Amino acid sequence: MSRANARFALLALPALVVFLAFWLLPMARLVAVGASGPRGAAAYAAIVTDHNYLVSLVSTVVLSLVVTFATLVVSGMSGMFLQRNRFPGRDALVSLLTFPLAFPGVVVGFMVIMLAGRQGLIGKITDTLFGVNIVFAYSIAGLFLGYLYFSIPRVILTVMAAVDKLDWALEEAARSLGASGWQVLRDVILPGLRPALISSGAICFATSMGAFGTAFTLATNINVLPITIYTEFTNYANFSIAAALSIMLGLITWAALALARTLAGSTVAAAA
Amino acid sequence: MTRGRSVRFVAQLLFTLGVCAFLVVPVVMSVLAGVTENYFTGIRSGLTLRWVGQVWSLYAGTIVLSLQIALACLVAALVLGVPIAYVLARRPSRVTRLFEEMLVLPVAVPGLATALALILLYGEWRGFRASWLFILVGHVVFTLPFMVRSVLAVMAAIDLAALEEAAASLGASFVSRFFGVIVPNARYGILAGALMVVTLSIGEFNITWMLHTPLTKTIPVGLADSYASMRLEIGSAYTIVFFVMIVPLLVAMQWLARERSPTKTTRHGR
Repeated sequence: MSRANARFALLALPALVVFLAFWLLPMARLVAVGASGPRGAAAYAAIVTDHNYLVSLVSTVVLSLVVTFATLVVSGMSGMFLQRNRFPGRDALVSLLTFPLAFPGVVVGFMVIMLAGRQGLIGKITDTLFGVNIVFAYSIAGLFLGYLYFSIPRVILTVMAAVDKLDWALEEAARSLGASGWQVLRDVILPGLRPALISSGAICFATSMGAFGTAFTLATNINVLPITIYTEFTNYANFSIAAALSIMLGLITWAALALARTLAGSTVAAAA
Repeated sequence: MTRGRSVRFVAQLLFTLGVCAFLVVPVVMSVLAGVTENYFTGIRSGLTLRWVGQVWSLYAGTIVLSLQIALACLVAALVLGVPIAYVLARRPSRVTRLFEEMLVLPVAVPGLATALALILLYGEWRGFRASWLFILVGHVVFTLPFMVRSVLAVMAAIDLAALEEAAASLGASFVSRFFGVIVPNARYGILAGALMVVTLSIGEFNITWMLHTPLTKTIPVGLADSYASMRLEIGSAYTIVFFVMIVPLLVAMQWLARERSPTKTTRHGR
């Protein structure tokens, strides 16, 4: 038995060593650096006490919440439809909707430029129709569009899997008892999808909070938290503040995922 | 009733097609822009592979480095991930549960934080900081949980202990049990994890942007560079190159997912 245990320990060791050396120890260092600046440990409170950082935090949280809500609505409707109906071209549609899963944030940013940038499609259309070239890729609307772009595919697959597991009999029963379509949705379908919506919503929120590439490509003047951290680190060499802010950001995303897991009772992890 | 249903069907279909267009139209546009002589003038300026050629001469190094890192990352994820997934599957306890939770942290925390942490701890080790291995370690900690979860999901669904006992009773050593019984039984999980690891590594930006040096640029780093400083056609052509690399991986992933879920295949048959 002890020989077997030794074997298990040996098999787990390499992964644990790599994790310790290249994640846990660096993170411990990050925490220490966060408290090493002129503000000391108070740097960790700067995210709420310093006006600029607070604005950055609030705008990132609001943007992420709005994106999460919009994504749940859009992906919920499309996912439900795709799982419940079979028609020619459906599989192709599902594939197309999930392909952007693997796009890095920078590419998503470029997709927004393609749609709403200076030479974008939307601008061209409005130019032809009304004679005005509407460009919003570099504003908060562009960020919203980009975050929506990378969030929709993540949520749609989860919704489809959850719809597949819904019990038809419950809906039939509700209908036969005279429930309207809206009541069935509110009282039967949505409660059934709740765990999936909570967990995929949390992933969506956490990914949006930490999204760096999209905002970086769009180079907006809206300082979302990852951009603020990047600027502090690279432009001002303000290592302690950058460290403290990124620890706080990490705590927020981690807490959102942990909370969702408690509420939804399933495993949740953010992606890319 | 049926009329109401069909109206609703059409409305939902149109909505879903709209969502699909939102995701796909910019992809098509960037592909077109990458092969158009002058995007501002439009398609009528003529089609060309000139921009793709320029991307190759400007950024070939990033493509090679990305492939190199993705493959090294895959090897690391296999060597580190499959054994620990096996331990997690065979020894579910509070301790191994904690390991699992810990390994996922690099995914739960933004890549920017992981990258800053690596720089602050190892930035002074010049040789390491300047080499591609610095990016590799970032990719390994980030992708490892995906391999572990994918393999663990498959291993948890089969009775490993019984399979191993049977093999052991026939006199198989642990090494031959591991490679002859455990690995083949977990092959779908390993394959799915491998595809995921390679795809994520090739597309990783948030960690890589902080860790790269002028001599260690990967594709997403080069893409960000081209979007910021090159004309639209070059950025688009470079994006085509990225799509060409990523699409086969995605197709393979979808194919694998379909292979693995018998419920879906039967339903397609109906």
